[in-house]
Amino acid sequence: MIRMEGVTKAFGDNRVLRDVDLEIEKGSSMVIIGGSGTGKSVALKCVLGLVRHDAGRILVDGQDAGKGDRDAFLARFGMLFQGGALFDSLPVWHNVAFRLMRGALKRPREEAREIAIEKLRRVGLKPDVADRLPAELSGGMQKRVGLARAIAAEPEIIFFDEPTTGLDPIMAGVINDLIREIVTEMGATAMTITHDMSSVRAIADRVAMLHDGVIQWTGPVGDMDASGDAYVDQFIHGRAEGPIAAVR
Amino acid sequence: MSTLWRSLRAMLGALGRTVLGWLAAIGRVGFFFLDTLSHMLRPPVYGREIFNALLNVGWLSLPVVGLTAIFTGGALALQIYAGGSRFNAEAVVPQIVAIGMVRELGPVLVGLMIAARVTSSIAAEIATMKVTEQIDALVTLSTHPIKYLVVPRVLAGLICVPLLVAVGDIIGIFGGYAVAVQNLGFNAAIYLINTVDFLEPLDVISSLVKGCVFGGIATLMGCYYGMGSGRGAQGVGRATKGSVEAAAVLILAANFMLTGVFFSL
Repeated sequence: MIRMEGVTKAFGDNRVLRDVDLEIEKGSSMVIIGGSGTGKSVALKCVLGLVRHDAGRILVDGQDAGKGDRDAFLARFGMLFQGGALFDSLPVWHNVAFRLMRGALKRPREEAREIAIEKLRRVGLKPDVADRLPAELSGGMQKRVGLARAIAAEPEIIFFDEPTTGLDPIMAGVINDLIREIVTEMGATAMTITHDMSSVRAIADRVAMLHDGVIQWTGPVGDMDASGDAYVDQFIHGRAEGPIAAVR
Repeated sequence: MSTLWRSLRAMLGALGRTVLGWLAAIGRVGFFFLDTLSHMLRPPVYGREIFNALLNVGWLSLPVVGLTAIFTGGALALQIYAGGSRFNAEAVVPQIVAIGMVRELGPVLVGLMIAARVTSSIAAEIATMKVTEQIDALVTLSTHPIKYLVVPRVLAGLICVPLLVAVGDIIGIFGGYAVAVQNLGFNAAIYLINTVDFLEPLDVISSLVKGCVFGGIATLMGCYYGMGSGRGAQGVGRATKGSVEAAAVLILAANFMLTGVFFSL
């Protein structure tokens, strides 16, 4: 279980997160929605320790995320980055098997390659992609490689940062379905941030809306349409009129 | 009076802020260096990354170093011959080319060429990795960016640049030799004997030490500016420009200090 308690983060005068409280049950899929620049990515990066929060606590299975063995902590996570964040200089299979080629999870090179090819196949890519460089792939294929990398070491917790941004609707649907399937299959805890409502409906068990640095609403995805929250209502229907200013 | 006082205060304030900014920058670079050093001394060691860095910093820099050195050595011979002829000292060409290349021009020119070729490419590569979240991806994959990106490059700088300086010294001396023998009428054998006899071990040691220091500066600056890059293409551009400027100035400053240490004793 991931629990954020009173987490705050400011960059200079800009208070991005103000007292964020959020709980993600083990094995569930939480999707955080909210407009651009509302602190969704910062919240996710705070959990991983990529950004240090100013106040509050982040607990993963009861343990403070900032304390203890950092490598062991990070080994529990997989992450799909918005732009893929694939290493340009390494072939696709090496990107996927990166974690399996060093550190505590190190495997022999051939075994790591086999696992990488199997994971590529799992996300719908053929083995001949394995030896290409990321720059030779389309945006959708790069996203799939990023997904394969995120699940390569079979992590307990997977984060998805805007998984469908920049993809056409069909490819976005494919990625959404893959994420849902993989998360269910692996029994992983998932935390996704997005402002794509089709992703939310495909991926989420629960939804949290982050606005102005605080969680405005949280609840099961089935309750989202009848949340009664003016912010959620405006956001999910994409209305310009409402409590959320259109120009931020 | 009060206007004068306010202007003076504003001026002193600006000066103070600039000095504090410089001190903070020195502190940040110092901590970055110590962090790099501490990772250098601890496992794991990324052999493949180190090999790639050695190849990029050392082997692939050879052509530019060689060309720079040979032209500089040749020009140096012409200049010394022309200058020396003003007081009938043309014969000192071999000795001055040797000492000039080994003590000063070899290390400085190689250092500056490395700053231009390697520092800029390291800064641009790491800055692009930062902008595209590849550095964050490394962290989430339990890989420390300093250990994976910085240590191999700085090690390559410390190992390869002295060797490049040695190669540059030899090629530079050969450039002077070729010009002196072909164009200025020097006897080939006597030229070589004069060169070898005149050089002392300290000249060569100082050259290699300078190469090591300049290699460390050039690669460290590339990594430091790359890791600290701002967002977007502008951030990458600023990091690249800043890294080359800092590396070049620090190399020249370090050269002055090392020359003082070695030859003013």
